Amino acid sequence: MKIKQLSVFVENKTGRINEVAQILGRHGINMTAFSLADNADFGILRMIVSDVERAEQVLREAHFGVSVTEVVCLSCANVPGALSEVLDGLAKEQVFIEYMYAFSEGDTARVVIRPTDLDRCIEILQHCPCCLISKSILKQ
Amino acid sequence: MIWNPTKECMSREDMRRLQGERLHKLVERVYHNTPFYRRKMQEMDVTPDDIRSVDDIVRLPFTTKQDLRDNYPYGLFAVPMSQIVRLHASSGTTGSPTVVGYTRRDLAIWAEMTARCLSAFGTDCNDIFSVAYGYGLFTGGLGLHYGVEYLGATVIPMSSGNTAKQIKLLHDFGATAIACTPSYALYLAEAMAKTGIPREEFRLKTGIFGAEPWTENMRREIEHKMGVNAYNIYGLSEVMGPGVSHECEYKDGSHIIEDHFLPEIISPETLEPLPYGEQGELVFTTLTKEGMPLLRYRTKDLCSLTDEPCRCGRTNVRMSRIVGRSDDMLIIRGVNVFPSQIESVILEMEEFEPHYLLIVDRVQNLDSLEVRVEVRDGFYSDEISKMLALRQKLSARLQSVLGIKADIKLVEPYSIERSEGKAKRVIDKRVLQ
Repeated sequence: MKIKQLSVFVENKTGRINEVAQILGRHGINMTAFSLADNADFGILRMIVSDVERAEQVLREAHFGVSVTEVVCLSCANVPGALSEVLDGLAKEQVFIEYMYAFSEGDTARVVIRPTDLDRCIEILQHCPCCLISKSILKQ
Repeated sequence: MIWNPTKECMSREDMRRLQGERLHKLVERVYHNTPFYRRKMQEMDVTPDDIRSVDDIVRLPFTTKQDLRDNYPYGLFAVPMSQIVRLHASSGTTGSPTVVGYTRRDLAIWAEMTARCLSAFGTDCNDIFSVAYGYGLFTGGLGLHYGVEYLGATVIPMSSGNTAKQIKLLHDFGATAIACTPSYALYLAEAMAKTGIPREEFRLKTGIFGAEPWTENMRREIEHKMGVNAYNIYGLSEVMGPGVSHECEYKDGSHIIEDHFLPEIISPETLEPLPYGEQGELVFTTLTKEGMPLLRYRTKDLCSLTDEPCRCGRTNVRMSRIVGRSDDMLIIRGVNVFPSQIESVILEMEEFEPHYLLIVDRVQNLDSLEVRVEVRDGFYSDEISKMLALRQKLSARLQSVLGIKADIKLVEPYSIERSEGKAKRVIDKRVLQ
């Protein structure tokens, strides 16, 4: 249920994200999802990749600052109001979300959630109208 | 106007004789009252009787800022505490600050010498001074304050900060003179222009600037923007405070108050005295100070001296502008900053790599300090807020140690140059010319 997310610290410099993408590409690592959070000086690139351990290793070798955190990934119907139902469930149970990002394709939408309390979040999501995605699916 | 012609226009011969007599008395005082100096002199096999003229000064030991720290707080005082009436302490330094103690007579001399400076700047009892140096442990505020009172002029004890109020009072009180750091003067001048109040409504005519190195270009800029005649005043807490030397109407070097402070220029490498005209490290011996007299205090400021008579009629030795430092100390917004202080803060924090780069610049006429650091592996986070908290933690610690705010920039691993030898840790973009 828990999925490992790789975060990379990048300075706000042209081409930095591309360098990350190139390195991963060279090592045959696929990015399933990513998002970038930034402020004036730096950004944090958060990614779900096909091989976290390997990605972490190659990026570290290339002198990137990396960290691995566990997140939860769910899929729900790509229709109006679907996400809201899921989030309602979390809000009712007082689960705080640090950040989230999402992408959709066809009938399904996938959402990555980084809650403060991961275990509690997973427990609640299991009773929500959505499917939790396991690691094996993402590797494909 | 020359405030004290007897002392300021003394013949070189008389001055040397006076300095010789005072030096002898000073050495006797410290030999008998300051164990630190007695020990040093005994090690060098010198007794007070060996010091008869200014030429004998080369036989005396040097004093450094480290000596002051090692003897923190009162170890170098030459009188009992019952005779000390005021304490000042230097701005941020690694470890202990340096403490200076003044007797009543020291304060009287300080006020008189500051009045000499102010008089040389063309001000008198009709002037209204806004003293915008910080009041407190720093010698700038109170030093100028009592000098203005001694002169008989009016003092507005403004202290630093709160620019809007500064401008209002300069305007409403009809201040004719202002004393502050040159970088703050530039900042203030721009803020004054932004208020939209016509410059004619201000009565400012004299600016007294010091506590940090500045340039002829800055002088022109301040004079142009603020409409004042800008003068340099030099001093350092360890020796006395502001007023150790000052410019006159000719602005051709700063006159040293030589009857109280004996200047020398030495080579910072060999410590040998250098002749007039040569550039080296400025050294002062406090001839008349009672509270904390110093023998051959190494200022670390680099400049040259001249004993050519000045057109103003003063005969005392003049020092050139400070062209640099013989150590790595930076003066940022008037505050002394040693890269080693920043280093020690970073080294104490496990969240950061021990590599850093300091970038000093002047942005909108105010000194800025940027500290670039790398976060240590294991402390990177997926959350912006956690990274910002890391930055804030370092920022707060630096501010408490340095006394000024630094902009922290987190940079990627290995982006700061590693080097085996002497790493370049400081980039000072401020141009002093």
